Amino acid sequence: MPNILMRVFRGSPKETGTFAEFDVPVEEGMVVLDALHWIQAHAAPDLAVRWNCKAAKCGSCSAEVNGRPSLTCKTRLSDFDPDEPITVEPMRAFPLIRDLVTDVSWNYEINKSIPPFTPPAGVPQSEWRWQQEDIERVQEFRKCIECFLCQDVCHVLRNHEIERPFIGPRFLVRSAGLEMHPIDQADRTSYLKDEGGIGFCNITKCCTEVCPEHIKITDNAIIPLKERVADRHYDPIQMVWRKLRGDRSGGGSDTASGTDTAGPAGPPGFGDPG
Amino acid sequence: MIAASDHHQHDVLVIGAGGAGLRAAIEAASMGASVGLVCKSLLGKAHTVMAEGGVAAALGHVDDRDSWQTHFRDTMVGGKMLNNVRMAQLHALEAPDRVRELEEWGAVFDRTRDGRILQRPFGGHSYPRLAHVGDRTGLEMIRTLQDRAVTTGMAVYMEHTITHLTTAADGSVTGAFGYRRVDGRPVLFPAKAILLATGGIGKAYEITSNSWEYSGDGQALAIRAGADLIDMEFVQFHPTGMVWPPGVRGLLVTEAVRGEGGILRNSEGDRFMWKYLPEDRRHEYAATDEEARTWVEALSASRQTDARRPPELSTRDNVARAIYTEVREGRGTPHGGVFLDISYLPAEHVRRKLPSMYEQFKELADVDITAGPMEVGPTTHYAMGGIRVDADTGATTVPGLYAAGEVSGGMHGANRLGGNSLSDLLVFGQRAGAGAAARAAAIPGDPHVNPVQVRAAEQELEAPLTRSEGTDPYRLREELQATMQTLVGIFRTEADLREAIRQITDIRERAAQLRATGGRPFNPGWNLVFELRNLIDISEAIARSALEREESRGAHSRLDFPSTDPAWASRNVVARRTGNTLSVATSAIPAMPDDLRMLAEAGGGA
Repeated sequence: MPNILMRVFRGSPKETGTFAEFDVPVEEGMVVLDALHWIQAHAAPDLAVRWNCKAAKCGSCSAEVNGRPSLTCKTRLSDFDPDEPITVEPMRAFPLIRDLVTDVSWNYEINKSIPPFTPPAGVPQSEWRWQQEDIERVQEFRKCIECFLCQDVCHVLRNHEIERPFIGPRFLVRSAGLEMHPIDQADRTSYLKDEGGIGFCNITKCCTEVCPEHIKITDNAIIPLKERVADRHYDPIQMVWRKLRGDRSGGGSDTASGTDTAGPAGPPGFGDPG
Repeated sequence: MIAASDHHQHDVLVIGAGGAGLRAAIEAASMGASVGLVCKSLLGKAHTVMAEGGVAAALGHVDDRDSWQTHFRDTMVGGKMLNNVRMAQLHALEAPDRVRELEEWGAVFDRTRDGRILQRPFGGHSYPRLAHVGDRTGLEMIRTLQDRAVTTGMAVYMEHTITHLTTAADGSVTGAFGYRRVDGRPVLFPAKAILLATGGIGKAYEITSNSWEYSGDGQALAIRAGADLIDMEFVQFHPTGMVWPPGVRGLLVTEAVRGEGGILRNSEGDRFMWKYLPEDRRHEYAATDEEARTWVEALSASRQTDARRPPELSTRDNVARAIYTEVREGRGTPHGGVFLDISYLPAEHVRRKLPSMYEQFKELADVDITAGPMEVGPTTHYAMGGIRVDADTGATTVPGLYAAGEVSGGMHGANRLGGNSLSDLLVFGQRAGAGAAARAAAIPGDPHVNPVQVRAAEQELEAPLTRSEGTDPYRLREELQATMQTLVGIFRTEADLREAIRQITDIRERAAQLRATGGRPFNPGWNLVFELRNLIDISEAIARSALEREESRGAHSRLDFPSTDPAWASRNVVARRTGNTLSVATSAIPAMPDDLRMLAEAGGGA
């Protein structure tokens, strides 16, 4: 098989970045990460690349391949024109550390701010019951491998369009996974509205397009969360009703679980149905 | 000029943030210890994320005949009775609580029809026992533990490599030294207790399901600090890794494919596993294709059945040898594997039960597993051997040093059952975390790290960057991997093992002059120098332990000693370092208590 020309970003914050060119021999089935490993072993032993599982399960090897945010471990060389060079750059939404490695620590700080899973007090785990269809949506969100490609592509984060905080699609997905858990009791709508900055998302769906786990981020996570926030904070009838009842739970968006909208806020059922 | 090290002091320092390290850190923090958690990668990327099939625990949700006693027996039978019996007992007893606890922390397992945690069958388990989330159970587990851990306020040091443990005059550990990959700065972690949870050794081999992180770091740090390694000859070759395309050779194909009914066939179309069932276990498996099919259909419909499980669900050591033998005898596929077929089941069912396998084959190999067979072959997967630990507390033979998970030895004996690793991480992560925190609480004052040791470690860290010429670590690792792959693989002989030891000795000599080009920030070649040093130490321990055990048992197959020798049933092979010399000897395994012996040797099964 012919060789392919790889143009790989090299540089660190202290120096001017350049694109180094490498002529890489191609084997059948080879992915971009294989080419980067070949470069490390044969031409540039100090080329900084972050990776782990090489099976699209850990989300470490994110980069921009020909401008598109991608997992380099599942981007096949055969998907590109062999006569054109393949350009590999670091994710641009995050500060550069070196070469293809960026500082993604911000994401880990955001994660800590999300109100954690809150099961009901006083109902032991042995009595928890729910059906597979009650959790299919939550399981979709929990497929996330934290590659942060959705964060990288999100124009609100990428272009720093806002000065106020915005947690980004990854952490809206994580919040949705908690909010729609069949027995979670916490109310994250204030968090999502204020610290979360959910209103800044204008649902362009770029995040959904790059998700390697095919999570329908916008349709299944962000829009239902926006509805919850709107119902709780902007619906005047609901607000008056809540005031009258002294009720803390959100209204409006509660529908049968497992549908395309938000799951129930309350527990779907405890005790053994069988 | 050598930069002065940064200092971060903790009561308990956990090295490794996979399932065992996270569970240990959570436990130690819950006991009030100041905990530091160090990992080579980003948090949540550890190898646990690759675990697919499930976590074994006798919950009895799918078949209420299951019990901890049966789980214990299956584990001992799978481990060929070489397991640390106390570990096997604690594991079977406590795994159900550890799984339920994950659910309390937010894990979302697949469900039974009556709304409880669903369990699937796996090789060597008498009943459907593996709690799971499709085929991405490890991801669910690590994310649950990660999200739990960060709520405790523990300090997490991501992308740090530990190169040395420091010790006091009495031999106890006082701290860990390493460097921060982002800028290459040296870092010292003084600690009252250190817990190793660094995983396995797969990168000693060419073909492996393991990521770059699996370089035997914890085993090597421990043996250099004076700890014992046991059972290092037992390396699990998982029967089913991908064999094509070349870039993914070795990548894991979950046992869940066989658990859900996958059939193994050779190039002649024979379902060859019938031939390879061990005679004394044959009664546990289906006798005919029809019986196996009945079992699969009952499983798909979530029904209990009296049909016995298919022959593909034999233990991993046995299936790996069978596949290897079929290929060696000329009945392999074009890419040197055998066929694994699940496409006879409805496509929708396969996609729902095995979503990540479906994706993996479609994206990486252009194979639709709902329409045709996969090609698979053995891949280095797991180290049964490891650091000798006390079952109850995870204490090693070095005071202040603890270990849990794959880095420790004993739990799985000569062969690990699928699904018993995730439960091992939870059960012994929790116990070792408690053990380390209790030790830290009992020690007054601050740990005192000998500055002479720190200076030596700093110089060793620096040396590869300052050499103007020297050995290329990438080339040398390739050589080591080729040696281990060809001479210390599935089938072993004395001549091969002696040749391997000779080659490893030669590689070790050249490793003294390893050179890294480039600078300090995030330099993979520099990092590889320290991993390679660990891999060399561990490879020698594996090869010499394999030479010592003159019998075949579990994952250790000697062509020159093909039978299982009862005299070896009561002996561990122990590797230990004195000065710079590795010594290998045997030590007697204490007799099993009568009640457990009766359980372990009980006949029957599903």
